Amino acid sequence: MGDLGQAGSAAIQLILGADVRLWSIVALSLKVSLAATVIAAAIGLPLGALVALKDFPGRNLAIVVLNACMGLPPVVVGLVVYLLLSRAGPLGPLGLLFTPGAMIVAQTLLILPIIAAVSRQIVADAWGEYREQLTSLGAGSVQAAATLLYDCRFSLMTAILAGFGRAAAEVGAVLVVGGNIDGVTRVMTTSIALETSKGDLPQALGLGFVLMAIVLAVNAAALALRNAAARQGA
Amino acid sequence: MGLMRVIVALMLLALPAAAQEKFITLASTTSTEQSGLFGHLLPLFTEKTGIQVRVVALGTGQALAVGQRGDADALLVHDPDAEKAFVAAGHGIEHRQVMYNDFVVIGPAADPAGIAGIKDVGEALKRIAAKEAPFVSRGDNSGTHAAEKRLWRQAGLQPWADKKPWYRETGSGMGPALNTASGMDAYIMSDRGTWLAFKNRASLKILSEGDVKLFNQYGVMLTNPQRHPHVKRDFGMAFVSWITSAEGQQAIASYRIEGESLFFPNAKREGS
Repeated sequence: MGDLGQAGSAAIQLILGADVRLWSIVALSLKVSLAATVIAAAIGLPLGALVALKDFPGRNLAIVVLNACMGLPPVVVGLVVYLLLSRAGPLGPLGLLFTPGAMIVAQTLLILPIIAAVSRQIVADAWGEYREQLTSLGAGSVQAAATLLYDCRFSLMTAILAGFGRAAAEVGAVLVVGGNIDGVTRVMTTSIALETSKGDLPQALGLGFVLMAIVLAVNAAALALRNAAARQGA
Repeated sequence: MGLMRVIVALMLLALPAAAQEKFITLASTTSTEQSGLFGHLLPLFTEKTGIQVRVVALGTGQALAVGQRGDADALLVHDPDAEKAFVAAGHGIEHRQVMYNDFVVIGPAADPAGIAGIKDVGEALKRIAAKEAPFVSRGDNSGTHAAEKRLWRQAGLQPWADKKPWYRETGSGMGPALNTASGMDAYIMSDRGTWLAFKNRASLKILSEGDVKLFNQYGVMLTNPQRHPHVKRDFGMAFVSWITSAEGQQAIASYRIEGESLFFPNAKREGS
């Protein structure tokens, strides 16, 4: 209890103190993870829908691989992106390594399979239900995919939030490609890892509480948005 | 197409606002970052030169690997043998001594191996091995790990090779390894700086210190710009020159925690 209490008061002090450094770290965390979520959703939703609707050779294998990639270890994704972006690697000349851009790339790769795999399942279920209707209306598969993605938008929100949660919570990938540089690539999770390294466990856990509060706020905002949209639709 | 444009715009948005800022990337060690030295030192350098230093704190082995790939402009590390090999292989230039601190052997206050006050680190390690008392090793190919293995070898022991169950390699940085040691009341070797700045000590304390073998030398160098043309040679050189100048050396000496100096400058002045 003593340790948790200390962590709780550290969290409250962090928030009440409204420390500029803390808020810039929070802002970077949100910026990186939200950007990765938007990019991963922009690619993952259509990808999931197409895998759900299109029949192609090796489709079952693709589904298995997609589902398995939901369990990609962040540090492995980080290493792959590191080797790609390293000056000695193929994308080295971009100079992206140890920048927030590199962190967005890594998190995008990490959560793309989650968003694509979950949306594939959601769209496949809806396709089973509406297939006859849509084909009788003469919809091509791209049209059908677009229609189903729109119809399932509320369920798909959960897929996107799962992706965002994973991005905001992971430390392995951003640590490797970002380098946890103070003021440049330090985000909430790498700060927590750093404070743990320093043995300042209450401060580390306090930061953890702040991170959880932020993720909670993002999810609450998503739910509010969804409810507002549902009311308008009704 | 539109989607690509959105993606590129998002990536640009996330890039640091002022991309033309003057900065260098410095690959360094966890001990310099986690002890708070850089927090004290680097603002002074930035104030003087306008050059920001972006520190990526890694183990010495990994820091050298990052330098070898050209992903850092300068390196500040502590494994003199590995540094010499790095320069000899043409990966680094302008290698200079900067400062030293020392390693200390830390253990539980109960001290089951009875090493308290023993100055001879070889003797202390032998007693830990004889008692088979738990010992936490970094096990991460860092400068501290290399130094620790050297000391064991000098004492005629290689507990990692013999797979001794009491010798526990954590494969982690100094801080996490200290957390592990404090959790299991184990012995551990740490650099003094990280130890002084470390907060989760539990029952751990310094038991053996002061042997000349525990000397821990830090060196600085530039990544070879001939191998990696994008390396910021001038900014990097400004850093190397400053940290080995009278002013930089004074700044290192003035960093203290609880009245104790953490690092002792010993750059060789040019012409002296």
